[in-house]
This record gives sequence, structure tokens and C-alpha cells, in this order.
Amino acid sequence: MKTFSTFFATGLFAFSLLGCDWLMPRQKPENHLLDGPIEQLSPAENQRFLAGDKAFNLEVFTSQNGLGPLFVATSCGSCHAGDGKGHPFTTLIRFGQSDQSGNRFLNQGGPQLQQRALPGLLPETLPSGAAYSRFMPPANTGLGLLEYVTDSLLLAMEDPADSNQDGISGRVSWNYLPAYVDPKEGAIGQAGKYICRFGKKAAVYDLLQQTAVAYNQDMGIASSFEPIDTYTGQEVEPEVSNTKIQDLVFYLRTLKVPLRRNAQQPVVVAGEKLFFQIGCENCHRQTLRTGKSPISALSEKEFHPYTDLLLHQMGQDLDDGYTEGSADSDEWRTPPLWGLGLSPSSQGGGYFLLHDGRATSIEKAIEWHGGEALQSRQDFNALTLQEKQHLFAFLESL
Amino acid sequence: MKKKLQLLGFLFLVLLNGLAAGNLTAFAQSQSGGSQTSNHPADSRSTIDSSRIDPKKDSTRFFKRILADTSRMMLNMEAIYNRPFLQLGKLGASVGGYLESNSRYESVDGISEGISFQIPRLTVFISSTIGKRLKFLTEIELEQGGKEIGIEFASLDVSFHPLVNIRGGVVMIPIGAFNQNHDGPKWEFIDRPISSTTLIPSTWSNVGFGLFGKYGLGNWIWAYEAYLTNGFDDRIISNEQNRTWLPASKQNPNRFEESFNGVPLTTLKFALRNRSLGEVGVSWMGGVYNKFQQDGLLLDKRRRVDFLALDVNTTLEATKTYLNGEWVWIWVDVPATYSLQFGKRLQGGFVDIVQPLLKKSLFGWDQAVVNLSLRAEYTDYNASSFPETGKPIADHVIALVPSLSLRPSLQTVFRFNYRYQWQADLLGNPPSRTGSIQIGFSTYF
Repeated sequence: MKTFSTFFATGLFAFSLLGCDWLMPRQKPENHLLDGPIEQLSPAENQRFLAGDKAFNLEVFTSQNGLGPLFVATSCGSCHAGDGKGHPFTTLIRFGQSDQSGNRFLNQGGPQLQQRALPGLLPETLPSGAAYSRFMPPANTGLGLLEYVTDSLLLAMEDPADSNQDGISGRVSWNYLPAYVDPKEGAIGQAGKYICRFGKKAAVYDLLQQTAVAYNQDMGIASSFEPIDTYTGQEVEPEVSNTKIQDLVFYLRTLKVPLRRNAQQPVVVAGEKLFFQIGCENCHRQTLRTGKSPISALSEKEFHPYTDLLLHQMGQDLDDGYTEGSADSDEWRTPPLWGLGLSPSSQGGGYFLLHDGRATSIEKAIEWHGGEALQSRQDFNALTLQEKQHLFAFLESL
Repeated sequence: MKKKLQLLGFLFLVLLNGLAAGNLTAFAQSQSGGSQTSNHPADSRSTIDSSRIDPKKDSTRFFKRILADTSRMMLNMEAIYNRPFLQLGKLGASVGGYLESNSRYESVDGISEGISFQIPRLTVFISSTIGKRLKFLTEIELEQGGKEIGIEFASLDVSFHPLVNIRGGVVMIPIGAFNQNHDGPKWEFIDRPISSTTLIPSTWSNVGFGLFGKYGLGNWIWAYEAYLTNGFDDRIISNEQNRTWLPASKQNPNRFEESFNGVPLTTLKFALRNRSLGEVGVSWMGGVYNKFQQDGLLLDKRRRVDFLALDVNTTLEATKTYLNGEWVWIWVDVPATYSLQFGKRLQGGFVDIVQPLLKKSLFGWDQAVVNLSLRAEYTDYNASSFPETGKPIADHVIALVPSLSLRPSLQTVFRFNYRYQWQADLLGNPPSRTGSIQIGFSTYF
């Protein structure tokens, strides 16, 4: 009887453990994660978010379902681990355009190099004489908020002639839209061009264009939006449905913004003051506001991306000779700094910053700044070691 | 290719002749009976004749239960016959099988989908002695409640001599130990070893034929197996796992019908066992996995996949602690211009430590055994470095699994497992952590 009781108690104890969370790994703090939906989505929107999440993070393309045959990556998630920044392994190469006259290497595989191929096939190689640049995949956070910043706000921030004489002459990026992209309500046009904001050179108008082009150029997946096969140059049947692409766009639009960490710590607060003091905020604008959006969670919201979405001349050191859209080759769109401190969690434990990941620390990234940012870099170099540490603490808290 | 096979066959015959000429004592095959001392702690209580018939404990009026000591480890390659069967009268056919069922509560990075109940597999096997020197055995498995039904084994064995037996049909490939010795009731752990299911794609069987045999000298037993079968296909580097994934070839619905590329997969295994020291097995499996030509047209170069596995098991006599482990190294010829996402070198393995705690009569079970066990396992899907950074590619899994199990009889085990697992992605970002509490049973019937 005693043995039976012992075993019964042991069994009961074991069964009760099924409900015990203390044996389970703890959930990562929300402010250490980039993935997850923005707040205030409806249940229907949550379902659509999950459908897009699945397409982005779980769907892998193979030779059976349309991969390539030339490609850069086999899935969206391959280049954006945890929805964060990419890694040198996942950088892509764009080539063929050195000024606003357009890409002269489109018939040689431009604008993007598909450096990988299915077995038995040869991948593309960089054509001789083509200007090129390596692009590090960006984090996907808060893209919907960036998409719904109004054109009028962007125009209000630009100062191409540096009329206020602060050394910053950011300008919006004007570009033609592909036929499948409709200008947003309130969009401002100019000679058939519209204000674009996505991509390293701000040559992409919205997340639909970004997604359709990425399917096509990164994975060799044709869609009704981008139906040309990158290998044959011929129009082919869609290999991904419009529904899936739209779900994925919805997912990107509704990914949450990075949450601050340690924002109240004195060193972080001190660093924030320095961020303004040395002029970083002139381009890395702390606060923007969206206009109206069909997704209420994105509509008329104030948020803190630390970007102005404008093109700025960044000096010779960051001039690869390659460009897109209406940007000059030394012009780059200000990258958002939100989520910067979480970059090592998606970049294999270290930093790979700037457009091509050349900077392996925040300090090195600042040191590469030139052109319009030269004064800020000099002011940064004039800071004491302690002040620099405060500035880094602030940037890592974003 | 034909010449190569002929040469291989010739060398094999020369080897066999040399061995047969030696002053060796041939051992009877396991299916013909014979008693051996086990290394398994659950078997420390007795030595059991694997073919004895116990009509007093018969569960039905019509069937005789043919007991087998399913908890002990004979030579791993003998495992397919080291199972309990039910025999109807004097009919030559016997049936058997096992069922696994469990419940688990799992949490990945602190997020759980709650409690779930599973029947991972229900397996039925049928064996018969067709006639002199002719035996047949098949194993049919229903996985995930019948979602997948597969022939895991279906072969005709022709015995000429203990050293020379021919096997043909659907063959259980003798790579590592677990693949052939995978029956749930034999293990203290609910989950199968990760390396033995995702590197070696257990249960990995295919159509082909080959030779096997064994002989002994004193306390030593030596055995071999050699097969030519259908092999892998290019799904191993083109799959939804987004990594080199050997189990993907099992999704090929035609693999029992035709070879993917016309080149046989070759498997060789040698095992050596000492009655006191335990067993060591070395196995190799290799072949071309891609479709390099079609309709006489060249599509690609021939690309190989090769496995080398080492398996060891022993019992520490002083404490009756049973140790069992397996390690596999895999080389895959992945095109240089394909994605580095797909590993060219993979490796992994596991070590099980099983410590009997209690052996006594419990609840009317005469020979109940309670074991405390621990499994440590590691699987690396991409053992190389990023050329861009020089840093190692991660893409690996580490797991620890403590277990408490009760064996009320030789054929049944109740198991309580706790699994803690770290899984790193390709880039080596902070690993995903999984915790899992599992309760279940596995039993022959």
C-alpha cells in the first residue's frame, strides 16, 4: 500500500508539472524583441498579421515552388532574422547606375546581382565597369508608420538649399512609380514623379513595391506585380499569389516599433542630450507623425524613428559610385535608428552598420559620417570619453 | 559503374572467404534463438531466451506470446528480430508491434501552446518462416495517428551460413545504431535523438539487397552488413527547412519505386561486441544524391552525400549503469554557387546514461524496474564558417533530457521526461529555448 501511495503521489506530481511554468524558459522581455504586431490591431487584423508572418518567416522557396533559378536568398526570413538587420552573409549587391540618368546595365542582370543559383546553373557575375554597392538588409520594425508619414511633412523637413545654413540640406526623393503602385491619398506629385521613402536611396514608394521587388530580385519569384523572370527576362506565370503578397505587406506595415530599454537611466538621458547637442537629430529626427491610414493603429500617430526619410550627402567615404532613383551616388536616405541597440541580436552578436555593414561598432559608424554630417562627426570627436559612452548608451537604448 | 560493382562484389567475396577459412565459431542468428547476457540495466535481473514461449501468460486463447527481451541491447543490427511476437497455433507467421503515446507541455521562449496529446506511432510487424533458409519480416508504421503510413521494413532473408545471409526488399539501413534499433519500448526517452532523426533520417529504409552475417570467438562477436539500395535525392538541399535536411528525401513518394538517379546508395557496417565490455559499431553510407543526367543529357556533376557513424554501448558492472551513444559525421557536396544556408558538413550525436534505481515486485509486476536517465545531445547542421566574417556558422541544437521511467515488464515502459533545448540560428543569434515536460508510455503488444 505504501509503495502504491508513493507511486501514485509521484505520478500525480509528474502530471502536475505539465502546468508548471517555472520549469519553462522565460519569455524574452518585450523590449528585447523586434517581431510582434503593433498595439491596437483588431482580431481580424491579427489574423492577417499571422498570415503575413507565416509568409515572411516560414515560407521557404525551393526549386519545387519557384526559387530562382538565380537568387540571393531562399526566404524573406533568411535576410531579416527576427525582423532585425541583416548580416554580411545576407548583403545583396546592386549595380549599374551611377547617376540620375538611369541604369545602363539592365540588360546584363541589373539592377541586382543574383549571386546564387540552383545546382547546375551559373549565377550572375558583376559586369565589368559597373558601379555597385552592397546593401545590408534593414530591420523591418515600424515600417507602416514610416509609410504613412505624409508627403507634406517630408517636404516641410527638406532644405535642399540649406536656407537655414545649418549645413544640412536634406531633400525628398522623387521617382516614378511602377504601374501597380497607386499614390496614397494626399500624395504630392511633380512631373509624374512622387516622393519615395524606402530603400537605402529612397527610390521605393511603398511597402507593396518593396515586397514585390524583393520577391522578384531576391528570390527569383515572379508575381503579377513583377512578372519578369530574372533569369530569362521573359514574363512568366505568377509564382506567388497577390493575396500572399498583400498579407506580407500587411505584416510589414503592422510590425511593432522597437521599445526603449533603460530610457530613464541617467547615462542614457545624458546621452540623449548630447545626441541633440552635436546635431545628430538634425537628420535622425526623433519624432514624426503619420497621416490618415486605413489601419487605425497607424493612423495619425506620433512616433520616434530617429530619421527624416530624406536624402543627405554623406561625403566621399560613403560614395560607392552607385545610386538609384533620383539620388546622387553620395546621397543616402537617413536610416531610422530605432532598434539600433537590438542589432546584435539579429546580426550574430555584433554590429554591422551603415548601408553595407562596414561599421562593426556604433563609434565606427559615426566615424564614417561625412558630407552634411561632417560637423556632427567633428563635434562627436570633441566629446570626452565619458560623454561618448553616454551617447552610445542612449543609442543602444533605442 | 557496372565494373565498379563487379569489383566490389569480388572483393567482398574474397573477404568472406578469408573470414570463413578462419578458426571461428559461428553464432546462430538472433532469430533462431540463443541466450545472451545483456548490457542493459533493465535486464540485469535475468538472462532471457529471446524465443521462449510462455503459454501461461498468453493474453488470448489463440495466440502464444513469444517473449523477447526488448529492454536489452543485443547487437544493434539484430534489433529487428529482437522483438516480442504473437504466434497463432502452429502457423508459421507471427505478429507483433508497439504503440507509443504521450502528453507534453512545451514552451518555446516562454510562449506555450498548452498541453497536447499524441500518438507518434503505431507499428505492426509480421514475421514468418517461409521454408528452409527463408524468413520474412515486415514492419509497417502508422505515424501521427495514421497521417503517414509507411513500410519501414519488408525483407526476405535467405540464410546460407551464419556468415552469409542475403537480405532483399525494403531494408532498414544499418547506419549508426538507432536506425535499426528504434523501437520505442527499448528507450527511456519519449523523443527520439535529434541527430538520429534529422541527420540520420531514422527510420531510414529503402529498397535494395545485401549481405549480413556474424561470428564469434570466445566472448567476442563480430558482425557485418552490406547493402546496395535506392538513395537520397536533391530534396536534401532543396527543402522547406532551409538547411541541408536529410529527412527530406523520405518525402519522395517514388523512392520505393525507382532510384532518383540510378546510382545505388552503398551502406557498410561493422560491429564488434564483447560480452563484458559492450559494443562498438562503425558504419558508412554514401552515394550520389542529385539527378545529374536525364534522357542522356548532362544536368550537373555527380554530387555525393556520405555518412560516417560511430555507435557505442556498454554497462558499468559496478553500478549497472548503462551507457549508449552515437555520433555521425556527414559530408554533402553542395554547389559552391548555391546558398551557404545549406551545410556541406554536418555532425551530431547523443549520449544516454541509464541508471537502474529500483528492481522489485511492484503492483503485481514481478520484475519491475525504475530507471533514472539522462540524455545529452548535440546536432550541428552546418559545421563551417562564414567567408564574410570568418566566424563559425551556428545552426545547431543542444538538448538535455533527464528521464524517470518505470518498466513493469520487459515489453512496456512508462516515461516521464523533461527536455531543455537551445537552438541557434544560422547567424548565431541568441538561441531559442524550448522547455518540454513529457509523460507517456511505449509498449509492445
